[in-house]
Amino acid sequence: MRAAVIVFPGVNCEHDVVHAIRALGGDAELVWHRDTDLSGFDGVILPGGFAHGDALRTGAIARLSPAMVDVARLAAEGTPVLGICNGWQMLCEAGLLPGAHIANRDLSFICRFVEVEVVDTGSILTRAAEPGQRLRIPLNSYEGNWVDPSRTGRVVLRYVEDPNGSHDRAAAVANEAGNVVGVMPHPERATEELLGSTDGQILLEGFLHSLVPA
Amino acid sequence: MTIDRRPEIADPEGTTVKRALHELGFTETTAVRMDRVIHMEVDGEDPQEVKTRVEEMCRQLLANPVIEDFTVEVER
Repeated sequence: MRAAVIVFPGVNCEHDVVHAIRALGGDAELVWHRDTDLSGFDGVILPGGFAHGDALRTGAIARLSPAMVDVARLAAEGTPVLGICNGWQMLCEAGLLPGAHIANRDLSFICRFVEVEVVDTGSILTRAAEPGQRLRIPLNSYEGNWVDPSRTGRVVLRYVEDPNGSHDRAAAVANEAGNVVGVMPHPERATEELLGSTDGQILLEGFLHSLVPA
Repeated sequence: MTIDRRPEIADPEGTTVKRALHELGFTETTAVRMDRVIHMEVDGEDPQEVKTRVEEMCRQLLANPVIEDFTVEVER
């Protein structure tokens, strides 16, 4: 079972994601954003970074990439689709998750460990975790302040202390089916002792357990 | 075109600018919204047609319909 990690110009976490997935015994491969065919992949990860230099709005240009057509198709078919940081912003811009991201409440670029609590285990990201479990994961974003005028987002991870003004202290949000998830902190950066935390493992394991042969 | 965030959506930048204005003594400032203005040159003869096309650009890309509204003005 294999996950596609889509590479957009300007993202910078794609190798970390592939490394973390492989270290957990999974299989992941980099796919260029202009590739149109994702058949043969059992899941998709949109990695973090600054696609297209965040021009216009975060994720606004990336969602027009040819690969996003197949990402939308797979999402509709129930295939696991995970957007991390900038990847979550892309999923919102693409309309695959509700809401949008604006600048952090205090206008600061936040780059530090935060504590999140698992509030819903019915998603591909949180299924291996326990409800109420607290995880320490690094946050690394300026536009992490999620707004949801539709009030339809399903919060699956919540910040223990509000770092950025995100609605309902949402650190991760899923669609109704739970197969499309956006997460602001970086689970792939908390997968080895050397990195200061291994709490991201249980989240990526949830994603890996969700992969079923296409 | 002007692209403005809906009033019910927070504008952290506007809030910060308002605070700075207060520090300078401009305490009469009660609200600041940081809208975006995009200037664009477009080929076309009929202003109404141009406006319709540019509004479509706003809908498809330039504005985020989830949190933003837009107005388009055409000058010859």
